[in-house]
Amino acid sequence: MSRSDQENDWQPLDTAPGDERVDGHEIAEGVGGYLVGLALATLLTVVSFFVSSTTLVWEPSIPVALVVLAIAQMGVHLVFFLHITSGPDNLNNVMALAFGVLIVLLLLGGSLWIMAHLNQNMMSMDQIMQMQR
Amino acid sequence: MSAFDAAAVYDPDRAGHGRNTTAHAAGELASKRIIVGYGFWIFLLSDIVMFSAFFATYAVLVGSTAGGPSGRELFNLPNVAIETACLLLSSFTCGLASIGARMHRGSWFYGAMAATCLLGAMFLGIELHEFAGMIARGAGPTRSAFLSAFFTLVGCHGLHVTAGLLWLLTMVAQVFAKGYRADILRRILCFSLFWHTLDIIWVALFTVVYLMGAGR
Repeated sequence: MSRSDQENDWQPLDTAPGDERVDGHEIAEGVGGYLVGLALATLLTVVSFFVSSTTLVWEPSIPVALVVLAIAQMGVHLVFFLHITSGPDNLNNVMALAFGVLIVLLLLGGSLWIMAHLNQNMMSMDQIMQMQR
Repeated sequence: MSAFDAAAVYDPDRAGHGRNTTAHAAGELASKRIIVGYGFWIFLLSDIVMFSAFFATYAVLVGSTAGGPSGRELFNLPNVAIETACLLLSSFTCGLASIGARMHRGSWFYGAMAATCLLGAMFLGIELHEFAGMIARGAGPTRSAFLSAFFTLVGCHGLHVTAGLLWLLTMVAQVFAKGYRADILRRILCFSLFWHTLDIIWVALFTVVYLMGAGR
């Protein structure tokens, strides 16, 4: 079993997806990582459900708070579940993620920006009906 | 390429040297697992880009209810909270299953995969129940642009979860039939990356669609 021997070698702390340690006495650490991720994600989820329905928070700030909480939770998932970290093996994964985030931001921001302008420059249906009278 | 990969993965002489521990940092060949994970990560990012297009569509059309019901009247937040809990816990058990697979520990792997499958099926069941209820109320995808965008976005995520469940079952069958071979462990790695990514998309989904839709 040369393969499992190789896998049981010592590995650096930050490892790419699939390269986590599997050694017997380091299992606890692997499970611990997932437990920390689960606890943080649960906390952030509970907070965002609470924020969305509470009257304690100034109302216009709620969407902003929800977006911030969601991005934080995505970060937790990336680090603790997908193991996208800052280790040397992970550089390519992080660069790909950065490119993906860029495309997503362009797509979302661009669509919303353009469509908001279109809405602003277009009369509503009621106004068009008024003009035709 | 395959010759290099084979050497990097299977060369028994390298195993005991300790050289392979710093191999990647020193600019040598990365292990096949890292390459496979990277390739699958590229696919997942393309999937995320596709979802972001659906999110943009939804955000543009969220106000176009055409006199029909809005999200505030349709969404049931306690149900969404249960769905979220199911998917989050299934992400956790999926992580446990991948640890169990790499330890070659059957009880752990099969147990965690069964829990993942059960939680994923519960999620799908609640979602389908919600969809059926909405369609029964006359709020199907044909009612308004808002509902078309809603069913496209949430339904696409649901289809991904369905595909993930089928993939989960084939992975269990492969481990059962062929054991913990290196290539099968790499497939389990890809599956767990896929499942965790679905949870990330669900985070965006419950925030943008449900919490913002119901709270406003």
